Amino acid sequence: MADLTATLAGIRSPNPFWLASAPPADKAYNINRAFEAGWGGVVWKTLGEDGPPVVNVSGPRYGAIHTTSRQVIGFNNIELITDRPLQVNLGEIRQIKRDWPDRALVVSLMVPCEENAWKAILPLVEDTGADGIELNFGCPHGMSERGMGAAVGQVPEYVEMVTRWCKQYSRLPVIVKLTPNVTNILVPARAAKAGGADAVSLINTISAVMSVDLDTLAPSPSVDGLGAHGGYCGTAVKPIALRMVGEIARDPECAGLPISGIGGINTWRDAAEFMALGATNVQVCTAAMTHGFRIVGDMIDGLRNWMDEKGHATLADFTAKAVPKFVNWEHLNLDYVVKAQIDQDLCIGCGRCHIACEDTSHQAITREKDGKRHFEVIDAECVGCNLCVVVCPVDHCITLRELPAGSVDPRTGRVVGGYRNWTQHPNNPSR
Amino acid sequence: MAATEPDLKAARLPAEAYARNFADSHPALSHNQALVEAERCLYCYDAPCITACPTGIPIPDFIRKIANGNLKGSAHDILEQNIMGAVCARVCPTEVLCEGACVRNTPEDKAVAIGALQRHATDAVLDHGIQLFAAGAPTGKRVAVVGGGPAGLSCAHGLARCGHAVTVFEARAKLGGLNEYGIAAYKVAGQIPQREVDYLLAVGNIAVHVGQRLGHEITLPQLRRDFDAVFIGAGLGAVNSLGVADETVRGVHDAVAWIETLRQTGDLSTLPVGRRIVVIGGGMTAIDIATQTRRLGAEDVTIVYRRGPDNMGASAKEQRWAQINGVRIRHWARPSRLLTQDGSVSGVEFEYTTLDTVGKLLGTGERYSLAADMVFKAIGQLLVPDPLNDGGSALLDLDAGRIRVDDQRRTSLAGVWAGGDCAAGGLDLTVAAVEDGKRAAVSIDRFLTAAKAHG
Repeated sequence: MADLTATLAGIRSPNPFWLASAPPADKAYNINRAFEAGWGGVVWKTLGEDGPPVVNVSGPRYGAIHTTSRQVIGFNNIELITDRPLQVNLGEIRQIKRDWPDRALVVSLMVPCEENAWKAILPLVEDTGADGIELNFGCPHGMSERGMGAAVGQVPEYVEMVTRWCKQYSRLPVIVKLTPNVTNILVPARAAKAGGADAVSLINTISAVMSVDLDTLAPSPSVDGLGAHGGYCGTAVKPIALRMVGEIARDPECAGLPISGIGGINTWRDAAEFMALGATNVQVCTAAMTHGFRIVGDMIDGLRNWMDEKGHATLADFTAKAVPKFVNWEHLNLDYVVKAQIDQDLCIGCGRCHIACEDTSHQAITREKDGKRHFEVIDAECVGCNLCVVVCPVDHCITLRELPAGSVDPRTGRVVGGYRNWTQHPNNPSR
Repeated sequence: MAATEPDLKAARLPAEAYARNFADSHPALSHNQALVEAERCLYCYDAPCITACPTGIPIPDFIRKIANGNLKGSAHDILEQNIMGAVCARVCPTEVLCEGACVRNTPEDKAVAIGALQRHATDAVLDHGIQLFAAGAPTGKRVAVVGGGPAGLSCAHGLARCGHAVTVFEARAKLGGLNEYGIAAYKVAGQIPQREVDYLLAVGNIAVHVGQRLGHEITLPQLRRDFDAVFIGAGLGAVNSLGVADETVRGVHDAVAWIETLRQTGDLSTLPVGRRIVVIGGGMTAIDIATQTRRLGAEDVTIVYRRGPDNMGASAKEQRWAQINGVRIRHWARPSRLLTQDGSVSGVEFEYTTLDTVGKLLGTGERYSLAADMVFKAIGQLLVPDPLNDGGSALLDLDAGRIRVDDQRRTSLAGVWAGGDCAAGGLDLTVAAVEDGKRAAVSIDRFLTAAKAHG
């Protein structure tokens, strides 16, 4: 049976599933329940400096995008860092680490961008017995207006500087949590590495306005008639997060920098994808918030069953294996040709492939044959774009078929085969 | 009561059972249920459900509008094609029409609940009194509509929207036709047929005269004289006969007439019903009478049909509905004799049937009998042609006993259109009658507009 043990920046956990620093990880009660359910680790919800507690709104903190049948596919929050006294949190952290020695317990931190502030809090955390710290350079609302969170993460010099302070004043591993609200994720990632980070975690939430209430004409969630932007997460952000993780994983300058993958991870499949694209472990929040901690059961078991089926004995067997295959467009083979193909036995006749192709693409799917409703790909028109596969409601009904080398593409009349990317292509003026 | 007397009794059930038994048999979808169901629609291109709907409702569009919270637009999509969309949502045999064509049947054997969704959208505008249609600018043309059932009212509504002044002549006391008089009460609970009629008439330009029977208070020649066009949607006035002796004996009933009595009875506990019931026939009326008598407290209700389940006019779903209500359905037998006692029916003798090598129905000679306090004939209705005659000569051509019409629902007589059950070639469904009326209105409008253009 596959071994799911994961080690990130020297922090070991029995499985790669951590709860991200967020509302589910705010206090001992929740974290006890999470560990009872089987989570491998937790990043304690962000602590701030000692003093008057942070004040949250007492109006709605969360908003969501639902499908028509109320599945949550996108989620957003305007909650701030922990609003409980620092000493209460530190006491509970100490107790949890004592009660759950085999689980990873990392503490998220966010204090003002001043050396003394960091110098003050680091020993307090270290004293709890926690396994590491995560620097919250990502929170895009509330705290960023006070010069913390994303306001630090968006300035590479600050990222490097604060990371360096943490390495200087603490012996704990330092994970730098990156904000996606930047143009190029490599810049803060390289800065973290330059500052001595032991790992990066990403993505934090994306700045977003969830919706506008059409009765009140105010942004939602609205607090006493007004709405602020919040941090967006959940299923919908997964592709954005995957891409940023992949960018760092394949960046030569970031080589050797471990990654904790975050963003829209709902299932073991999502987790496996993040890890294949370079993440050492993953962090989850929205899926737990919408379904409870019990989802980790399927994550553990599903990942293990998949690994057993594929012959992966440890996580390392597949971690980062997709990274070399993640390239820029110019390296894709322009001589590779596929055609869509509809399995007539599976086709239920909804016609969505036809209308999608007819109206918006290449007019490559018939609507009738011999006077009868019939959907079939016209190879001479099909560019293999995949739109029909995407819109088809039946799994595996439409697939892409690779034209064999040596055959002629009926659309272009060209012989299929070989490898030629844009950098080698005769039409490339800068070749 | 002597033992030989038929066992007919009112109030067979506790008083509170009636309201329960005749309440909505398929309650409305909740808001949430409607959204979940709407999301199941795949929004097919050139959708098979639309083709399967006799009125051509753009079903995927109206369902998408439900999902997107545009109920008014959804109802408009429905009512524009079928002004009786609220009743049709309840009474259509959707399993053989739109839902039968749904592509979801292929992978999962479960169609989108189109009928229930249609009800969700149309109820919303009826419940909130949202009028989606308006009468057209007056054209000065006058049209007589004979019959205030689905065909006549659909035609009247279409004409009123074009600006023609419509007068509806209805033989009975209320409009609605079979929606009001001929369908099981639990399918159209909550006075939905009358609420729909009110909604439809609220468009304006439609005058209504009740108690006006063709051939009695009004005649076709007179209507042709007084109006610019005439639409006949008078339904069928007679029932087929069983072809056995003593058919008029006490206790033998026309199912359609008895359903009419039931529908117009305020307190159903006052309606006497037999203990043992035999229903002869295989259509929706047979199901409706059998199930309703069971729900009135009849103990033993049997439908006897001369052919097999697949040949029945009632869909498989309707047959199951009767069966889960405790109705027994016996196939392959036809009545050979009515059993009588002291001038009342006491049972029916049936002969088993079979098919010969060319598919013709034959009696086998073997027989069985069923005791009955009431026997219902539900073997189809007939057109009464007399009112269509003028001094002994037929005014309209018939086709297989019904009025011959073309695809625009024009009869053989200029200026006269017909539709619904009295017209030939129809499906004998509310939805088909609505379509007849709709098509006739388009054709009549074209005719009247052309006439006006020529002065």
